[in-house]
Amino acid sequence: MNDANAFDLILSGDATLFAIVALSLEVTLLATFFAAVAGLPFGAFVALTRFPGRGAIIVLLNGMMGLPPVVVGLLIYLFLSRSGPLGQFGLLYTPQAMIIAQAVLITPIIAALSRQVIEDLWEEYREELTAMGVKPFGRIATLLVDARYSLVTVLLAGFGRAAAEVGTVMIVGGNIEGYTRVMTTAIALETSKGNLALAVGLGLVLISIIMAVNAAAWGLRHWSESRAG
Amino acid sequence: MSEQRLSMFPRLLTRALIALFLFAGTSARAEDKSIVVASTTSTQDSGLFGTILPLFEEKTGIKVRVIAQGTGQALDTGRRCDADVVFVHGKSQEEKFVGDGFGVKRLPVMYNDFVLVGPKSDPAGVKGAKDILAAFSSIDEKGAPFVSRGDKSGTHAAELALWKAADLNPAAAKASWYREIGQGMGAALNMASATNAYTLSDRGTWISFKNKGDLDIVVEGDNRLANQYGVILVNPEKCPSVKKDLGQAFIDWLISADGQNAIRSYKIEGQQLFFPNA
Amino acid sequence: MRALASDLPIRFEGVSFSVRGTAILKNISFSLLKGGPAIILGPNGSGKTTVLKLAMGLLEPTSGSIVWAGHAGGIFDRRAFVFQRPVMLRRTAGANIAYALRAAGKPATEARVTHLLDTVGLAGVRTHPARKLSGGEQQRLALAKAMARDPEILFLDEPTASLDPAATKAVEDSICRFSVCGTKIVMATHDLAQARRLAAYVLLLVNGRLVEHGPPCEFFDHPQTEEAKRFLAGELVI
Repeated sequence: MNDANAFDLILSGDATLFAIVALSLEVTLLATFFAAVAGLPFGAFVALTRFPGRGAIIVLLNGMMGLPPVVVGLLIYLFLSRSGPLGQFGLLYTPQAMIIAQAVLITPIIAALSRQVIEDLWEEYREELTAMGVKPFGRIATLLVDARYSLVTVLLAGFGRAAAEVGTVMIVGGNIEGYTRVMTTAIALETSKGNLALAVGLGLVLISIIMAVNAAAWGLRHWSESRAG
Repeated sequence: MSEQRLSMFPRLLTRALIALFLFAGTSARAEDKSIVVASTTSTQDSGLFGTILPLFEEKTGIKVRVIAQGTGQALDTGRRCDADVVFVHGKSQEEKFVGDGFGVKRLPVMYNDFVLVGPKSDPAGVKGAKDILAAFSSIDEKGAPFVSRGDKSGTHAAELALWKAADLNPAAAKASWYREIGQGMGAALNMASATNAYTLSDRGTWISFKNKGDLDIVVEGDNRLANQYGVILVNPEKCPSVKKDLGQAFIDWLISADGQNAIRSYKIEGQQLFFPNA
Repeated sequence: MRALASDLPIRFEGVSFSVRGTAILKNISFSLLKGGPAIILGPNGSGKTTVLKLAMGLLEPTSGSIVWAGHAGGIFDRRAFVFQRPVMLRRTAGANIAYALRAAGKPATEARVTHLLDTVGLAGVRTHPARKLSGGEQQRLALAKAMARDPEILFLDEPTASLDPAATKAVEDSICRFSVCGTKIVMATHDLAQARRLAAYVLLLVNGRLVEHGPPCEFFDHPQTEEAKRFLAGELVI
């Protein structure tokens, strides 16, 4: 990938570039999925339940939306290192480590934002669902389903954050060529090699991909809305 | 969309995705034939590994996964048992590593040299000098901007050794013209290029660097600028997870005629960057 | 299959309800028995909605007691509520009905959904997004959702307040049908004419107090209290 510019690489179907793009999407999409699985129900739970310390939890969640990626990367690195508590799994410097790290990074975003979305919707639905005798688990499920458009936006926020960050995946992934190199770390590398034009080109490719994912989500919403409202 | 479909969703999809998660990135993970080599940014950024590693892989089928960090960080990675082999350039740091029992044995592999690069305007007036210590003294005296890696790398260690030999210590004095950035060679060169400053670089990275701007080599050839690379197997007794057979195979290849030839043949713009001396 | 336990009669005894110090209901006592529709009349702000919610079990009295056939409320199995501003789930009309059926523990079969939509004349909009229906259609859908529970008692809070005469008639027709088929209707309204049309029993609330109550012939033709007379004359309108 040395002297070509990004445009030529795309047109010629350069295998290295496509492998990097594929890995970036795989890592971030999986991370977003796991963060959603953890964050959405938790956000819904906090939205619907009153318990002591609830206010503190909400402040904590909101604050953690601003977790510095490099700090998250460092902490996970220490955990996954062979000399760390989870060392025996040998996860450091693998794509799995990157997925874990990104998931940890964006779970607070998804939990905090979904809590707000669901709490607002609950205000609207509370009496109705109570009168229908819907049980607590059913309420969470119903709110998640009915808030789906707003929640997709929440997921896109998480996705965008994960796709754009470089500190976490650099530390836990190691930017290994052909193995843990993703768009952001590739851009960082080309920058450090002085290939600034290529780095900018790759940056535009990355932005296009993020836009494409957002466009797909928009299209999905449009189609779904016309069918079910 | 309904709650029923929502509850069926998790079971199938989660199973599929967990499988995908476990196999993300490549085919099988930990059990394949691969080793992790912690090395320096100079070997990566110069493109050396990109050329010689495929030859090793073709011959042995062992995949080499390179983490490019500075010498200091690479040795730390070895101490934490997160690498199988370390391949760095910082003799005293390497010897301490082996002495402390983290490495098995240090073997020299190749050398190159450092060069002092600086702006064409040459405010310190050092261009063409043959004595690196005199050049450093000029820079200190004139207060010309100088970028230091500041990251415990081999290059940084060499730079500090030169300041010490010239009886100077801009780092401790926190001189305003001395900028420690704590980053790799590429970042240092980028900054030197952007701010028209001097910096010490290994020749390999310099030649392959694409953003030279107004910079050029101002001092080279002094004996004190020699830069020796060594390779060390991480000690399996301290780190049971080390793949010692595969790691040893890599080391053996590097110092073998094949490996040494591969290093010798790597050229950029007709210039050989690294000189094998196993 | 109806459960054997019944929630009727509902007895309010000395019920008061306050929110943050403000008294909404003051010392209300009455009974709701099996039979025709009970209409709760009164000007805006008189506490009609609160009485309905208390009788449904959505709220608890600040003082006094409410018993449902001698037991203390709790499970809403036999009761359903149509709110003044119905809340539609973000899905199709048919899906809303299906949801109500499942929430009531009944199988959400095609046949049942169709039947319920038919009872309120909404079979044609089954696949329309519920939120895009007109006000009158949403009100009727809310009615169908409530009936999905096969309730013994149906509470309605001013169901036709924001509807035009045609829609009002459609809703009233549905309510009558349900009443005739055995559901106890308890409805709040400020519309005198509607009360005259539908009531088998009338309760008048003014400023949180139960001023007068009785069968329609007595209430409309021979009101006992001053407030009742003034209300019937159209004077107590806040």
